[in-house]
Parts: sequence; C-alpha cells; structure tokens
Amino acid sequence: MSTDLDILKDVSTEEYKYGFTTNIEMEMAPIGLNEDTVRYISAKKNEPEWLLEWRLKAYRQFEKMEWPSWQNFEMPSMDLQSISFYAAPRKKAKLNSLEEVDPELLATFEKLGIPLTEQKMLAGVAVDAVFDSVSVATTFKGKLKEMGVIFCSFGEAVQEYPDLVKKFLGTVVPHTDNIFAALNAAVFSDGSFVYIPKGVRCPMELSTYFRINAENTGQFERTLIVADDDSYVSYLEGCTAPMRDENQLHAAVVELIALENAEIKYSTVQNWYPGDKDGKGGIYNFVTKRGICKGVNSKISWTQVETGSAITWKYPSVILRGDNSTGEFYSVALTKNKQVADTGTKMYHIGKNTRSRIISKGISAGEGQNSYRGLVQVGSGADNARNFTQCDSLLIGDQCGAHTFPYIESKNNSAMVEHEATTSKIGEDQIFYLNQRGIDTEKAVALIVNGYAKEVLNQLPMEFAVEAQKLLAISLEGSVG
Amino acid sequence: MLSIKNLKASVEGKEILKGLNLEVNAGEVHAIMGPNGSGKSTLASVLTGKEAYDVTGGQALFEGKDLLDLSPEDRAREGVFLAFQYPVEIPGVSNINFLKTALNEIRAYKGLPNLEAKEFLKLLKEKQKLLEFDAALANRSLNEGFSGGEKKRNEIFQLAMLDPKLAILDETDSGLDIDALRIVSRGVNKLRNGKNSFIIITHYQRLLEYIVPDFVHVLYKGQIVKSGTKELALELEEKGYDWLKEDSHETEAAEILLPR
Repeated sequence: MSTDLDILKDVSTEEYKYGFTTNIEMEMAPIGLNEDTVRYISAKKNEPEWLLEWRLKAYRQFEKMEWPSWQNFEMPSMDLQSISFYAAPRKKAKLNSLEEVDPELLATFEKLGIPLTEQKMLAGVAVDAVFDSVSVATTFKGKLKEMGVIFCSFGEAVQEYPDLVKKFLGTVVPHTDNIFAALNAAVFSDGSFVYIPKGVRCPMELSTYFRINAENTGQFERTLIVADDDSYVSYLEGCTAPMRDENQLHAAVVELIALENAEIKYSTVQNWYPGDKDGKGGIYNFVTKRGICKGVNSKISWTQVETGSAITWKYPSVILRGDNSTGEFYSVALTKNKQVADTGTKMYHIGKNTRSRIISKGISAGEGQNSYRGLVQVGSGADNARNFTQCDSLLIGDQCGAHTFPYIESKNNSAMVEHEATTSKIGEDQIFYLNQRGIDTEKAVALIVNGYAKEVLNQLPMEFAVEAQKLLAISLEGSVG
Repeated sequence: MLSIKNLKASVEGKEILKGLNLEVNAGEVHAIMGPNGSGKSTLASVLTGKEAYDVTGGQALFEGKDLLDLSPEDRAREGVFLAFQYPVEIPGVSNINFLKTALNEIRAYKGLPNLEAKEFLKLLKEKQKLLEFDAALANRSLNEGFSGGEKKRNEIFQLAMLDPKLAILDETDSGLDIDALRIVSRGVNKLRNGKNSFIIITHYQRLLEYIVPDFVHVLYKGQIVKSGTKELALELEEKGYDWLKEDSHETEAAEILLPR
C-alpha cells in the first residue's frame, strides 16, 4: 500500500529540471588561484590600474583568512587550486546588439524561459544575462538610458562609468568582511551595475539571470546598485546551473546603496543545481549581500526564494544608517534530499526611528537541514528603533531538520524588538482533507507549502511570484500517481 | 448508487466494522445513528479512503465501481464527498483558490476543461446566495480562525460548489447551536435535487427534524442492527439504544427492511 509517507518521500526527492549543459567554446583562465590569476582576469576585462590594485589587495587579504566555522553544517573542503576562475564564451568581441549574441547562448536562455530578444520579453522587465563569468546581453538599455537609468554588466560599468564604480565599490561589503567576500573581490568577473538618478522611479523591473555552465569553474559575480535621492528601483535575480557530479562554488557579492528617500527592492529566486538525491554534486552558494540605507527615510527590502544549491550560506543584511530608514527581509528557503541552508539576515539599527521587519519561512523535506540565523543590532544612538521578527519552520516528513539562531544586541533602552517563531508539520489530516476534495497529494503539498509561504511570495513582483510558486511546486514534485 | 456488502474494517488491528450492509439509491437520504464507538465515523473514513483504516473484508460499489480500490482523490472525483466532523485549517490557502483547484481537478478527471474565471465566479456567487454564505468567509484562508459553526458551514458550501453524487455528513450537527443547525440544514435541503444522495451520520434526532431522511439505520458494534423510516429516529430518541443492544441478534431481520 502506498502510504502518505512514501508519497512525501517521492515528493521530496524530485529531480532538477534545469540540468542541461550548453556546448559552446569557452575561453578559460588557467586552473588554480594566485596573483597571476587575478592579473589574468583584470587584463581580460581590460581594467584600469586602480581596480587591479584593489583586487590584489583583496587577494592578499584572502590569503590571510580562514574558512568560517560557526555555521550549522560541516564546511566542505574546497580545492580552489583545481578550478578555473574565469570562463567566457569564446566568440565575444564587444557586442553592439542582441543579433550579435551567439545563437547557442540565446537558445540556452530561451530554454530556461529567459527570452532575451526584446520583442519576446515580458512587458516591463529588463534583463541582464550572465553566462559563467560574463554578461552576454542586457535588454532595454536604450529605453532606460533615456531616463538616465544605468543598467549594464559590471565589466561595462567599469569601462563606461569608472567614477561611479570607484565611488561605491566595496563601500558596503569591504573585502575584509569575510573570506568569500575577499575571494570575490579578488576574482569577480562580471555581474550587474545599476544606477538610478535623483528623482527617478525606474519604470520597469530590472532583472539579472545567472547561469553557470562550464565545468570546473566557479561563479563570482558582483552586483552594485545605487539609488540616488528620491529614486526607486525593483531588481530581481534568478539562477540555474547544469547537473554535475562535482560541487561548484558560487561566491557572489551584492551591494545596495539607498540615498535620501530612496527605495531598493531586491528579489532573488535562487535555483542553482541542488545535487542529486544522495547529495552528490550541487552548487555551494556562499553569498554576501548587504545594503545600506544611507539617507534619511530610505528603504531596502530583500525578498528571497531559495530552492536550489547543495549548501546555501547567505544573510542579506541592511545597515540602517539614515534616520527613519526601513529594512525588510522576506525569505522562503526550501531544502530537500541532503540540501543544507543556513540563511537569515542582519539588521543594524544606527539611525533614529529606524525600523526593520524579518519574515523567514523555512521548509525542510527529505533529509534537508534548514537554519535561520539572524542578528538584530541596535546601536546606542538608534532611539526608538523597532524590529519585528517572525521565523517559521515547516517540516515535511520526519528525516529533516529545522533550526533557529536568533541574536539580539541592543544598546538603546528605547528600542523595541519582537521575535516570534513557530514550527509545524504538514499533517496527514491536511493532505487527506485536500485529497477528499479531489486534489492529489502532490498538488496538495504544493498548495499547503504555497499557502505557508504566501506572506513572502506576495512581496515578489507579480510575474515572479507566479514563477516562484511554480518553482516551489516543482521543487517538491514527485512521481505520484 | 452505493452498495455496501458485508464490509469489515479495522484500525490498528482492532475490528470496528464487522460486516456492514447498506444500499443507497439515487436521490435518497439515509441517516445513520448509533451510540459512541459503534463505527459511524469509521464508515465515513473507510468509504473515503482515510489511510489509517484497513479494509479486511466485503465490498463497496459506487455506481458499479469498486470504491475501495480507488485512491482518496479519485473517490472524490467520482462524486463521493465527505463533510468532515473536524475540518482542518490550512493557513495561507484561500478558500477560493482551494475550491477552484478542487473543482478543476474533478473536471479534469471527467475530461472537462478548466472552468474559466468568469464562470467560476458566477458559480461561486450563485452558491453563496443559495446558502446565505458570507462572502468574507469565502475570501479567507481555508478554515483558518473559523469558529466551529463557520467551519461546518464552509463544509456545506464546498458541498454546494463541488456538487457530488453522494455526500456523507459526519456529525455535521455536533457543536452547532440551534441557529447554525437551521442554516446548515436549510442549505442541505436546498441542495437535494432528487438525483444526489446523502448519508447523514448523527447522534441526535434533532438534525433529522430539519433534514428529513428517507431511511434511518442503527449502527451498533460495527453492524447495522435495525433499519426503518424517520419514525425509528424518534423511537431511538425516546428509548435510547439499550433496547436494541439486547436484540442485536436481529441483524438479519433488520436487513430485510433495507431498501432495494
């Protein structure tokens, strides 16, 4: 007899659907990591001297640092001397239009549901597509430029807007922050750059799609978003990778800067290859994301849906420097099979009347391990700081785990910090109830999970909320019926 | 429509149903009464395929199909509906989204296309009006924070929306005050159309004053020991179950009274 337990097991061990590889001729950096690697990348990108120096400084810092040991999983050994730190599709000279993009690449993104030809684009979304180490295409550039919005690959920004890059690069996440941030600063290859000028409300969603393709490489991209006074931007990133037996490292850095009255909404749908059901392969996702609400009344909101990666290690944070500024963190993290997620946020209240809100929804299935780790820090000058944290865990089956590590440090008596936490299990009664209304177990689980994650999914831009819902359903899909 | 023959079922090795017989024809309302532990809710669970119950003998045919061989969702799609005694809460899932999913799953099973949003909303409004069901409840998360009465009303609302051939009401009257009982009963009566059938499981005769059954059966120790018309319910109310307990060997005689 097929029991609910069996079905749950099937449901929670479904295979990955974006695991194909693209056969395209690649140009790769020699295997290994040393100062020459850093010089190689910088030369490939035709970078100015100051940036090379900045990278080398980071590299020297990296050499002095240790791998972290405080996380709630065993750090896998990573041999950085056996991978290549730069991989780019060969054909690339400077591209002037989409027609010049290798059709094989366009087909790859098409297959992933990311159409790059503008006439096929979803209305109102501009996309930057990053394939291994380089950006292959950015859409709607012209239209955005008319309004003064800069949205381009990081490499291009270094060439075209060096002053802006120089002014803000590394100001939120210094290379000394942690070993992965140092590594990224040394070897980052591309990523996206966004600048929204004063008083401009960016008219469309900006989106970057990251794809790891090549074997024996890592992806180290860097994203920098600056919202000048009184501006607004909503930005979304998506990610996938082929199925490979080796683990691949992804160590990105994202920096957000919101000036006076500015608002940045940053959404992530992360679906890197999670490894197979026995935990073989998959992406190691070690990412540093931080924003600073520099100006008064500014706001930064992080929303993340994390379904992929063998290991996810990320804590998108907000430094609330400006008075009356607001930081938000909305997260759904799903782990199944042998996936591990150690994720959460840090909210640093520095300015007066600063507010933060943290909603974290963990979903553990199979043998997945899910940890929420969060820090709410209130500085002595942060009068009337407010924080609300809610962190919920949902368990599917009895082989998985959910953990919470909330930290609160307050140096100001007027601060108000609230923390709520719940843990629940998908009940057989809930599944039977839905079965009895004609809904099969697979759909029932998807319905329950989406209901549970709704508060977070509602924060995503409409088109992506639908995608994220499907992704959650697919991630839990099994061979039922 | 439903033909149950010599049905035996157990939970955790303990036999609860011990050879139950019941025939329900299209358009009929059957009430099943009986003391606590006689197997009333077990019957509902076994017919709808709840996992913890093992069928150890006998059969249940629904429109000629072996019901016990179907998955719970397929039984529902074939037209068997259970109004739960204790409806569960499913946070974050809107009643409307849930009903649309359920309705379209059932339609897909029958080879029908999904109901368009407009048609669905029309149906929703129609049934809300018919049952005097609060639109605010329809928009809320499935049973989340509903009172006991609201949950029961929501079961009847789902019954109206899904329009099954056979509805089993498992102690729908339990926990209802007299007003709620009236509203729920009125709803059920409005849904009777001469083609659909109802099995009403209840402890009390009170509900049967509002929903008048064609037949009343007494379930005792896992068997139907007596069947009759609505007057039997009154007799039970008056005398209790004890007089039947002594007569439980009359099972075979009782079967003769079963409608054919």
